[in-house]
Amino acid sequence: MLKPILASDVNTSLESRFPDILKVDERKGYEGFQVENHKLAEFAKSLRDDYGYDYLSSVTGVDYLPDAMMEVVYHAYKSTGGSALVFRTQVPRDHAVVPSLVPIYPGAEFQEREIWDLLGIRFENHPDLRRILMWEGFSGHPLRKDWEEAYFEEEKKPFKNRWPDGNSVPRSEDYNPFGKNVSYPDNFNPENWIPEGEAALYQGMTKVESESSLEMGTDQMVVNLGPQHPSTHGVFRMVATLEGETIVKLRPVMGYLHRNHEKIGERNTYLMNIPFTDRLDYLSSMSNNFGYVLAVEKLLGDRFTPPERTEYIRVIMAEFTRIANHLMAIGALTNDLGAYFTPMLYALEERELILDIFEATAGSRMMCNYYRFGGMARDLPIGVFEKMRDLAFERLPRKIDEIDRYLTENEVVRTRCEDVGVFTPEDAIAYSTCGPVLRASGVPYDVRRADPYGIYERFDFDVAVRYHGDVYDRYLIRLDEIRQSIRILQQALDDLPEGPINARKPQYQIRVPVGEAYGRVEGPKGELGFYIVSDGSAQPWRYHVRAPSFINLTALSKMCEGQKIADAIIILGSIDIVLGETDR
Amino acid sequence: MSDKLDSPGYEVPPEIQGTVKITTLDRIYNWGRRYSVWPMMFGLACCAIEMICTAASRFDFSRFGMEIMRPSPRQADLLLVSGTVTKKMVPQIVRLYNQMPEPKYVVAMGACASGGGPFKEGYNVVSGIDKFLPVDVYIPGCPPTPQALLHGLMALHEKIDSQSIKSVRWYQKEPIPAIPIPLLGPDLIDPRDFPKFDEFMAEPVITEENTNEEGSSGG
Repeated sequence: MLKPILASDVNTSLESRFPDILKVDERKGYEGFQVENHKLAEFAKSLRDDYGYDYLSSVTGVDYLPDAMMEVVYHAYKSTGGSALVFRTQVPRDHAVVPSLVPIYPGAEFQEREIWDLLGIRFENHPDLRRILMWEGFSGHPLRKDWEEAYFEEEKKPFKNRWPDGNSVPRSEDYNPFGKNVSYPDNFNPENWIPEGEAALYQGMTKVESESSLEMGTDQMVVNLGPQHPSTHGVFRMVATLEGETIVKLRPVMGYLHRNHEKIGERNTYLMNIPFTDRLDYLSSMSNNFGYVLAVEKLLGDRFTPPERTEYIRVIMAEFTRIANHLMAIGALTNDLGAYFTPMLYALEERELILDIFEATAGSRMMCNYYRFGGMARDLPIGVFEKMRDLAFERLPRKIDEIDRYLTENEVVRTRCEDVGVFTPEDAIAYSTCGPVLRASGVPYDVRRADPYGIYERFDFDVAVRYHGDVYDRYLIRLDEIRQSIRILQQALDDLPEGPINARKPQYQIRVPVGEAYGRVEGPKGELGFYIVSDGSAQPWRYHVRAPSFINLTALSKMCEGQKIADAIIILGSIDIVLGETDR
Repeated sequence: MSDKLDSPGYEVPPEIQGTVKITTLDRIYNWGRRYSVWPMMFGLACCAIEMICTAASRFDFSRFGMEIMRPSPRQADLLLVSGTVTKKMVPQIVRLYNQMPEPKYVVAMGACASGGGPFKEGYNVVSGIDKFLPVDVYIPGCPPTPQALLHGLMALHEKIDSQSIKSVRWYQKEPIPAIPIPLLGPDLIDPRDFPKFDEFMAEPVITEENTNEEGSSGG
């Protein structure tokens, strides 16, 4: 394991180096530094180059309405492992402008666009500051605390009219003049309204000067893929400029499944959010629960440390989820390759068996809603343990070998996948990619090892890593990870102790101490983080999801440039996105 | 299956019962249609995963004649709205529906497509696809299990059985109007609501406070 880096050394060194622009955040429950706005870029550059914090994991904004301030929070890590360095910058609400960190950390590009879209903080020198989840022309920035949605009822849940006796109350439709979920600015009249359309999106796409275009003298063509397209894994859209069949430029367009997770999450109580996290990455709901519960437990403190048996069940469920997800990823990738649904059927067969276990334990196949703060919803039912043992020791190892045997050396798979969409390790770190994408590029970074959580330190497993960074390696690494997950499962199932499930008596409404927490887990898609700010009430003040699929997509255009249009589909398939998480 | 074809009240001699059926035009027409519904390969959200599971070997909706899923709306009979309908996505869904040839059916799969589901209050969520498209079958669940989806598809079969050539809309003389495609303005604009704007937006009727300097409003 890597030697832990002493955070205090870095902190003292940083403080002495930047005495004027840096101050330690002294608010209760907060960590890290406050950085002066105008020197942010300089600070970040030094952090990356001199201190080795080369991996910017998460960028998010918080609206501190009572202080009339906006804050942008950055979580930076070293790609060699260790805990986070948090730095933040505050700007006044009415003039929210922050220097963009995209030149230093290209992985911040989409995250900064998201902050602009949802919170209205403008980033200076951002190369392409457009809305990302909503459309151009949408009025307002929805995550601002004083922005109210059309169906607004109250600031916080549970709403009074639904509880305790929610009979025959008017619905939100009845309050709205249009009877539906819309609200317009005052005096808005569609007759004088000029639609903005998608001019901003196509700007710079229609005429891209490249060397080859001068030589050949051919026309370039702009092609839209999606949002309804059989191979975009949901409602995802790519706009590509083509030179013949070669991609000159590609822009991902997302937001078609933006379900306002964070706005709803900030009205919900902490417990209410658990089922919503299921619906983020709906292929691996148990891992999402895990990340959220860890983040809230960090805030709650030691009283909510889960009992031993719970820790084991959490690991077992998370690893089963990883296997199910990677099986689906392999199946979908081969679908994209044109092996229409045959390998997928092999993958789904095993996934169904894992879903059976989830259904028996949690009550639902996909939306498990199983983890609780300091415990689990319920213990394992009778008979499930034997089923899990059978899967982990007998069936899955055999079936993974079978899939491996059928696909890995297949000539078509190799010809299509090898040397396609190559991504270098330097780029992989700079673009903040995570999970299998990062590890297939030769960076052995796995949160389970780099910054261990739960009881992952106890298990003997390898961090899977591959070195070519092409689609083929991103396929192979998923097989490797399934094998490692099976190793973890076998150890965990052997050691699973008896005992209680919950640290405390389960509560409906917990009070969470004031402060912030960033909990991250190695989800199947990559580093899944939850950033929570608590103001001491029963609802989070800020609830942000660092979604691995979303941030991995930052790298998509870089991977696709110079490739053929048909390969863009499999490059997207090899990143393995889920739109519920990308758009939230 | 074949007993659905028989018209009640007519006796077929036992020796030719395997080869001769006495039936009505409606019955044989619907019998043919109900076993050849092709769904469109179109997934929106979580429910789409359960739809894939239903199409796969364990549940296998090919048993119900849905042999193949077509990614093109021109070749599909059934729009399975499988997931949350967002405002950004709904113009595309309406356009896809308009492109489907008649006879066409819409199944709202899951809570979100039926009425907004857990995300109903979200600012980017349309509370149910029935705000725009005529829905034939609603399937509850979040997401509906494959069994529930199959049950919904069987309900669709029953609906097809109950239709008559005389009254179905695609054999009427008048042309079937296309559904106007919603626009993305400051919020989602349904062109059918244009008259309402004059009515509501002339005077500020929104009672809750809408004092955002960004120009957005609650309501």
